Amino acid sequence: MLARIQLSDDEVERLTGQLDAIVDNIAKVSEVATPEVPATSHPIPLENVYRPDEVGFTLTTAQVLQNAPDATDDRFRVTAILGEEQ
Amino acid sequence: MTDLTRLSAADLADKLASREVSSVEVTQAHLDRIAAVEADVHAYLHVSDHALGVAADIDRRRAAGEDLGPVAGVPLAIKDVLVTTDMPSTSGSKILEGYMSPYDATVVARSRAAGLVPLGKTNMDEFAMGSSTEHSAYGPTRNPWDLDRIPGGSGGGSAAAVAAFEAPLALGSDTGGSIRQPAHVTGTVGIKPTYGGVSRYGAIALASSLDQVGPVTRTVLDAGLLHDVIGGHDHNDSTSLTQDWPSFAEAAREGARGDVLKGLKVGVITELPDSGFQAGVSASFRAALAKMEAQGAEIVEISAPHFEYGVAAYYLILPAEASSNLAKFDSVRFGLRVDVPGGTVEDVMAASRDAGFGDEVKRRIILGTYALSAGYYDAYYGSAQKVRTLIQRDFDAAFGQVDVIATPTAPTTAFKLGERIDDPLQMYLNDVTTIPANLAGVPGISVPTGLAEEDGLPVGIQFLAPAREDARLYRVGAALEALLVDGWGGPLLDRAPILGGAR
Repeated sequence: MLARIQLSDDEVERLTGQLDAIVDNIAKVSEVATPEVPATSHPIPLENVYRPDEVGFTLTTAQVLQNAPDATDDRFRVTAILGEEQ
Repeated sequence: MTDLTRLSAADLADKLASREVSSVEVTQAHLDRIAAVEADVHAYLHVSDHALGVAADIDRRRAAGEDLGPVAGVPLAIKDVLVTTDMPSTSGSKILEGYMSPYDATVVARSRAAGLVPLGKTNMDEFAMGSSTEHSAYGPTRNPWDLDRIPGGSGGGSAAAVAAFEAPLALGSDTGGSIRQPAHVTGTVGIKPTYGGVSRYGAIALASSLDQVGPVTRTVLDAGLLHDVIGGHDHNDSTSLTQDWPSFAEAAREGARGDVLKGLKVGVITELPDSGFQAGVSASFRAALAKMEAQGAEIVEISAPHFEYGVAAYYLILPAEASSNLAKFDSVRFGLRVDVPGGTVEDVMAASRDAGFGDEVKRRIILGTYALSAGYYDAYYGSAQKVRTLIQRDFDAAFGQVDVIATPTAPTTAFKLGERIDDPLQMYLNDVTTIPANLAGVPGISVPTGLAEEDGLPVGIQFLAPAREDARLYRVGAALEALLVDGWGGPLLDRAPILGGAR
């Protein structure tokens, strides 16, 4: 599923009930969100700006890898990307 | 000798500048206080092991005649949502346990440059999701006024640290009230600046269109001093405003001198009913308004018919943005990785996220991915964005009539630990008065107005101003604070339990 969280069965049971109640409550936004109302995604209007394409502050490879659970040869190391059925 | 931990940051700054005390002495006093009360309060997740070294360096530079800033040598507590190079940054989550950032958040870098001395990292609800700190993966913080009660959240650690005299200044972040609601329940001051007024660079993102970093202190002037240090444009944050800001400390001083209340129009929202608000909270709010009226302020009823949809819109927008922001915890580049024998990277990712995130984070990620998914997007996320427009229009109409809006900061005083933990919906309603400001990007302040009659716990008043008018909040907040403290014969926190045994 989209959330990428492997829930246990009792977690599913507990969270489902709570989520149902929450979704019922927040659905009321549709009462006033009529078609003529424009959407706002950002609280303060901003305009796009450009800057010169110059290299600024960057992290070293060692800094990038310093918190990695596993790394080898200056790269992040992970388990198999594809499972057997893929 | 004066107990240095009881002094305001402004007073400490004066004593430091005149060399009456050294930063080492001030820092040591706070470390001693932390050692004495942390077992009770648990405001900190990490206490710096080199704060005294930083303080000694400030003292050396001052002795050498270097021109230091106005708050150099004053200690500072930092909410764990802000990344630091010299202390772990976990955002209250197990998934980031032990994480060491390769860079400082801009607000942290500016604090260091101003000579503030970081004491440690403060506790918070995991990824700032919550109103009680009970969702911290490292155990709750306790309210210094009553150790069985919540200190508010998500920034309960920062608020409790200043309320318990474990720091004179703290940094917080406010996505739906996480600075202001903890201020309300702990008898302290908190400000959510205008969106974009303070850099978010290095603040571990919860909801990017709502998050804002701000000061957590015991006085309005102290908040202004800290805001002056951390505020202003930062090219590393693309939403950072480019304008010049006035001195907020100066605004606070101006407010404390008096007559800003004369002729001030204060809006009170018709639709925010007294029902649903604890009687003592409403009473304290009304009494504060009466004090302002007696000084020449005019109380005006205003209408904000869409505020009641704020909580619903917020709990669609926030989870949607949070589910995207938290996608980076993928067990690959940083954070927890759970071993799944024979598992693919996707299996490892899902197992790691199950083990590393707490219940509230899971609830909101699931809610967010649901609200954004095909078929539901228009009904949920799209509608919530429209409510955001309607709330902005309510604010525009209101600020056409009044200078500031006043509300109680939260509906109740501090509730008991555990009381609402299993009822997420009830927990969400804590933020009914603070959320509209985040949705509209306007600034808000919470200032203590007294204790509720029925339980003797602190109550705060919230003032809201138009976007970019943060200075107005400092003037009005400081004016009311001066009136109230004068009437009480001393700060509200003088009436809090002393904690820490011997003293």
